[in-house]
Amino acid sequence: MQNIELSTKDLSVFYGEKQAVKEISLDFASRQVTALIGPSGCGKSTFLRSLNRMNDLIDGAQITGEIWIGNENINDPKTDVVLLRQKIGMVWQRPNPFHKSIYENIAFGPRYHGIRDKKKLDEIVEEALTKAALWNETKDRLHRSALSLSGGQQQRLCIARSIAVNPSIILMDEPASALDPVSSAKIEELIAELKREYCIIIVTHNMHQAARVSEKTAFFLMGELVEFDDTSKIFTNPSDKRTDDYISGRFG
Amino acid sequence: MNAKTADKVATAVIIFFAGVILLIMAGLLGFILVRGIGHISFDFLTSPPETIKEGGGIGPQLFNSLFLLVLTMIITIPLGLGAGIYMSEYAKPGKITDFIRLIVEVLSSFPSIVVGLFGLLVFVNVFGFGFSLFSGALALTVFNLPLMVRITEQGMASVPQAQKEASLALGLSKWKTIKSIMLPIAMPIILTGTILAAGRVFGEAAALLFTAGMSSPRLDFSDWNPLSPMSPLNPFRPAETLAVHIWKINSEGLAPDAPEIAAGASAVLIITVLLFNLLARWIGRMLHKKFTATK
Amino acid sequence: MARSRENRKIKQHIMEEWTGKVFTSLCIVLLVVTIFSLVYFVATKGFSSFIKDGISIGEIFGGTQWKPEGEPPFYGALPFIIGSFSTSIMAAIIAAPLSICAALFMVEIMPKIGRKYLQPAIELLAGIPSVVYGFVGLSVIVPFYRDIFPGQGLGIAAGATVLSIMILPTMTSIATDALAALPPGLKEGSYALGATRWQTLARIVIPTTLPSLMTGVVLGMARAFGEALAVQMVIGNAPHIPRSLFESASTLTSAITLSMGNTVMGSPQNNVLWTLALILMLMTFVFVFIVRCLERRANR
Repeated sequence: MQNIELSTKDLSVFYGEKQAVKEISLDFASRQVTALIGPSGCGKSTFLRSLNRMNDLIDGAQITGEIWIGNENINDPKTDVVLLRQKIGMVWQRPNPFHKSIYENIAFGPRYHGIRDKKKLDEIVEEALTKAALWNETKDRLHRSALSLSGGQQQRLCIARSIAVNPSIILMDEPASALDPVSSAKIEELIAELKREYCIIIVTHNMHQAARVSEKTAFFLMGELVEFDDTSKIFTNPSDKRTDDYISGRFG
Repeated sequence: MNAKTADKVATAVIIFFAGVILLIMAGLLGFILVRGIGHISFDFLTSPPETIKEGGGIGPQLFNSLFLLVLTMIITIPLGLGAGIYMSEYAKPGKITDFIRLIVEVLSSFPSIVVGLFGLLVFVNVFGFGFSLFSGALALTVFNLPLMVRITEQGMASVPQAQKEASLALGLSKWKTIKSIMLPIAMPIILTGTILAAGRVFGEAAALLFTAGMSSPRLDFSDWNPLSPMSPLNPFRPAETLAVHIWKINSEGLAPDAPEIAAGASAVLIITVLLFNLLARWIGRMLHKKFTATK
Repeated sequence: MARSRENRKIKQHIMEEWTGKVFTSLCIVLLVVTIFSLVYFVATKGFSSFIKDGISIGEIFGGTQWKPEGEPPFYGALPFIIGSFSTSIMAAIIAAPLSICAALFMVEIMPKIGRKYLQPAIELLAGIPSVVYGFVGLSVIVPFYRDIFPGQGLGIAAGATVLSIMILPTMTSIATDALAALPPGLKEGSYALGATRWQTLARIVIPTTLPSLMTGVVLGMARAFGEALAVQMVIGNAPHIPRSLFESASTLTSAITLSMGNTVMGSPQNNVLWTLALILMLMTFVFVFIVRCLERRANR
């Protein structure tokens, strides 16, 4: 039995009248990659964004159900979202580094969380960039603008930025789909590396990618969870006909 | 007349009118600069005005205009930023927010003379600040605030949602996100708008007639103690600005060289506003370059 | 120990969040309070001439004689109301075709030249202070009218001319935005049917953008209606209804500008000036209301 890092119980998301995510209950284990797949508009990104309460930013979005981390239901309105988000990193489809230097991009979070010591910050920056496989490429130009990096490098910088605040969970919303194949492959390698330490939940359109990087896969369709199982099982012998249709490319 | 001829005629008319506007513009600028620049000298810019003799300058007025601008901006910028940030980041969509938007729009369309009268009643009389730079600055703040709020809102709206989300996802508070991530990105738009607004404040006169007053005491430019009544820095003394001065000498000027002084002062005013314009463009372009730089 | 550190952290960022919320809310509250007190003060002062001084509404809106110092005093503000409306409407009539042509030029005919020369020129016009317009009006337009028309040259025509140049930028920028926001498919459809550019503009572009163009015209008029000093400098300031456009006249703003400094706060002579200010304020509401209606039409 694996350690459960995060689990949802009957999680639903409404945009006004429309229900985008329908009563989803899922468990995510530590040190494991879970892929969320499904056609566009199936609610997988919306589901992902509820896990760190990012949907709070959207007017008219309403989230019901429970999200448990340890023994705390973080979907409770009383939850301190600022503290919560320190525990959950997030990476988006398009790299979105801050308009600051490479060093500042990484140091920004930890410094806010109370680390003022320059030496300690230097260490955090080096460690985060090393973990994100970006240290060798950037160590000589840490104080150049982050926007001078290539798209793939920027995305790895965003990953480094999120691990610098020491989360236990990392959410990734199609992290490689805006990148070229080489950069995309690097991100995948990185994910394989990072899962030794983190619980990673990744939304992807690319089924090969899901098959390559994840241990578990959840298939979403029209806001519902159709099937959740070991990745190998989903891709070779799915139990639901709809999963089979999607995997074999009959729709989506 | 067939369609082709009509098309040609219409095009010609449109081009003609566009040309007319350019001519008006050129004529206006040319007139003021040609009439005025000859009168501008170091002496003119620094010496005090004369009431009935020739050779008066605009020194105190120029100083008053600049000082009043600084005072106004010191009050307006934090208030405008705060209110603009509230409208773009904290206000929840709904009836109350719509209503605030409506009344801010109303305030921005109030004639400046009405704002001046309000200043006369409230700042000069009720609060007892008298005809003073401070009353003037408050009136100009009322006059300028809606614009400042709109500029801030536009600036904040230009920040990509992804930047805001990235910061919040790192576990930063909303206020820290606004201050450290969003404001720097919004800065080029806010700064450019603020400089243009400053140009507007610099040239405003109607709101000042009954707040900052239409006269200046004899200023002692060697006394920089803000509390002494003769000091140029005293915010509670009456102060006639450059724009008010132009109005005054045109309507009741007794000096024989009043038209020349008006022309010279107008030229100074226009050149300053032009400088504000150029500065706004230059800073806007520079900051844009800095933020999108690939280096 | 770890727990106490966690607690301190909570306090710090909650305090920070609170600071931000309180600061921005205070700013907006201050703004709202200012607007309300502005309306309140102008309204109470404006109504006091009816309530306290017993001047009839009919006299102010219908009377043609303005002699507040006379024995008995007359408070007919009709000359000012007529002056204000005629200058601002005339200014809008002059500026509207010019600004729409300028916008068409910049969007449809020669966008490159338009953006390079016309746009900065118009932005500059917007930045010129109103007293400078007044000064130029006084030294160029008034003598020009004096030479070709009978009279002193001062009057509604001079006021309207100065105002028309002042409101040109407002109108042009709104018209330009409206034209630029038009979906390209609309025009292409017309061109594809073999229509000339003018036919397309006259039958498709202008009718579709009409509510937005009108918004610009109304906003320009509102600005002209409230402008004080530039008009006051060139209109002549005689408090009666002029028989021609080239005869000295007055507007609401020019009357306030000239007399406010010479009356005692609280006297009937002073209160009636506040009534003029109240009329200006009510007209502002009307203009904003019309603009809102037009915007709703434009967005439909």
